Amino acid sequence: MLEITGLCAGVDGKEILRGIDLSVGAGEVHAIMGPNGSGKSTLAGVLAGRPEFDVTSGSIQYQGQDLLEMEPEDRAREGIFLAFQYPVEIPGVNNAYLLKAALNEVRKHRGEEELDAMEFMALAKEQLEVLQMNADLLNRPVNDGFSGGEKKRNEIFQMAVLEPKLAILDETDSGLDIDALRIVSNGVNTLRSPERSTIVVTHYQRLLNYIVPDVVHVLSGGRIVKSGGKDIALELEAKGYGWIDGVTTEVSV
Amino acid sequence: MSTATETIEQLANQDYKYGFVTDVEADTIPKGLSEDVIRLISAKKEEPEWLLEWRLKAYRLWTSMTEPTWPNVEYDPIDYQAISYYSAPKKKPQLESMNEVDPEIRSTFEKLGIPLEEQKMLAGVAVDAVFDSVSVATTFREKLADIGVIFCPFSEAVREHPDLVRKYVGTVVPYSDNFFAALNSAVFSDGSFAYIPKGVKCPMELSTYFRINAASTGQFERTLIVADEGASVSYLEGCTAPMRDENQLHAAVVELVALDNATIKYSTVQNWYPGDKDGKGGIYNFVTKRGTAAGRNSTITWTQVETGSAITWKYPGCILQGDNSVGEFYSVAVTNNRQQADTGTKMVHIGKNTRSTIISKGISAGRGQNTYRGLVRMGKGATDARNYSQCDSLLIGDRCGAHTFPYLEVRNTSSQVEHEASTSKIGEDQIFYCRQRGLSTEDAVNMIVNGFCKEVFRELPMEFAVEAQKLLGVSLEGSVG
Ligand SMILES: Nc1ncnc2c1ncn2[C@@H]1O[C@H](COP(=O)(O)OP(=O)(O)OP(=O)(O)O)[C@@H](O)[C@H]1O
Ligand SMILES: [Mg+2]
Repeated sequence: MLEITGLCAGVDGKEILRGIDLSVGAGEVHAIMGPNGSGKSTLAGVLAGRPEFDVTSGSIQYQGQDLLEMEPEDRAREGIFLAFQYPVEIPGVNNAYLLKAALNEVRKHRGEEELDAMEFMALAKEQLEVLQMNADLLNRPVNDGFSGGEKKRNEIFQMAVLEPKLAILDETDSGLDIDALRIVSNGVNTLRSPERSTIVVTHYQRLLNYIVPDVVHVLSGGRIVKSGGKDIALELEAKGYGWIDGVTTEVSV
Repeated sequence: MSTATETIEQLANQDYKYGFVTDVEADTIPKGLSEDVIRLISAKKEEPEWLLEWRLKAYRLWTSMTEPTWPNVEYDPIDYQAISYYSAPKKKPQLESMNEVDPEIRSTFEKLGIPLEEQKMLAGVAVDAVFDSVSVATTFREKLADIGVIFCPFSEAVREHPDLVRKYVGTVVPYSDNFFAALNSAVFSDGSFAYIPKGVKCPMELSTYFRINAASTGQFERTLIVADEGASVSYLEGCTAPMRDENQLHAAVVELVALDNATIKYSTVQNWYPGDKDGKGGIYNFVTKRGTAAGRNSTITWTQVETGSAITWKYPGCILQGDNSVGEFYSVAVTNNRQQADTGTKMVHIGKNTRSTIISKGISAGRGQNTYRGLVRMGKGATDARNYSQCDSLLIGDRCGAHTFPYLEVRNTSSQVEHEASTSKIGEDQIFYCRQRGLSTEDAVNMIVNGFCKEVFRELPMEFAVEAQKLLGVSLEGSVG
């Protein structure tokens, strides 16, 4: 599904990712943990094609394609979904309208019929129920005035509607109350299938009780310093990052 | 990979689809302005003496006036002697049927999406087509006449309905109003006239389509719409011009009169040639538009989508004279590349319990400069009057500008005025968010811009709202890479 080799990337000449190797197979769930500023969101951003990041070396293969050659919208249409750590507000643009346009772009790309407003609403309502989300969020401007938790739920709602092949969740659990955490995790688990893969960025082991990962990676200073089973997360929770060799915990600004 | 800021900065050529020239033999008078020229225009139109006298008075006043310098726009001085003040396609300017319209002109309007054959037209829209200085066709006239609605070229109204014209012309915008209004009053050539009789709800949209074609001419049209007691009408105007390297002047005057319980809704989609990306050429759109809500409970609504012109200078206003009368102004103004706009409204509250609403959406891209200028005046007698104003600016890129000048004059203690303003920028992160969901940059920008303008588009008649959205997309084409 995803094959990252020797990835180095930065912004404005500042190096952030310093040689990442990561392989995510179809159907797998990988968790990425690591101290603040270690480069987790940068990695997620590079995968999604955030224009401010420059990839200086390395390669990324996604479903046999050279991901770095693809425009962000093409990556999205090919099934990459990023649940943003900080979802952006877009005043004036209706949440349902954006999502319908997004879904139809994906469908067009796949050669499927576009959905009309009625069909879309039926689909959206179904997912709203699954995620126990308030239906009025649909008709509000994208993330505008949403609470922190509502924004995160909205990301998962969009993910559920778009049914991506590779979902990247960047700290979607931060800011969620306990119930929301369970609901959001359910949403992710429902999508779990042999063809779909998920990368979960989190600081908390708690989330991994709900979304059980196949592999946990620890990112530090722009490198993966440790990979292993889900028990790594438990150990981190108990001991902090200090026990892992090569972890830099001070945040560089 | 370049950043969104860079791509935002990459201003591609604006794709102006209406820039062609029609090859038609024209009767164009020599350049220059003098009393003789005014006499000539008046004679060509076989006008009555009173109108010639009125023109001459306007001209004499104009010669003593100076061009306003207070608008927040910059341009080289205009040489008023280098303009031809009258240009009309030759061959029968007065037509009995559409088949007599010069085929070249007919095809011009067809290319612009305005077929002049009634059977091809949008049902429910009557069109007056103005080509340079004259009206070349007005559709659905008989049908309208059956219910007493007069809709015809202004010059014809002068001949056929002199009493009505004489009673109202210059009452809302006197020739002494300002420099460009005086110029227009002196040299105006054509325009539309509409009269909706008592109690009639006009069953069709009335619309005028203005086309400048000839080079080195200006267009100086005059439109007058009167809605008698209890009448209502919705009127639309659209405009385009060829691409030329020189600037061309468009100085129009529009007057609206709404009597007791009457409603006039006036919508504009202005798409004059804006000039090229470096600011060469384009129309100077210096326009005076005003309506008098003269009667009790009357309503005047201005809705404008201004995407064209090198420079726009216009403040469609309402004189709220009748008690309980209502004035509304909904505006979207776009400036891309080197375009400049100084636009807004004047709401003059005179009657008791009058209300006004101002919603202005300014969009600046490229090096565009967009100014909102609005006056709200609550007169002594305007007790319990209310105004609500909202002025929002949206910036695309960081070389453009947005400016807001609200003027408030309150002369009584019971009226209330509320003003809100905001400035926002289309952020790279907003565009990226949309792209991450599968939308192209262009679609993302369109979606954000249309969302920003929603409250105004809502006010446009259906078919126009769709047009306006498309137009906005075209106007901003290339503003984001
Ligand atoms: N656009 C940018 N401009 C400058 N520096 C940046 C930019 N994006 C990220 N960085 C820097 O790169 C480093 C890694 O940031 P990143 O957001 O990837 O960390 P993170 O692991 O997601 O942290 P957190 O756990 O706090 O979310 C930080 O030092 C950050 O300041
Ligand atoms: Mg982060």
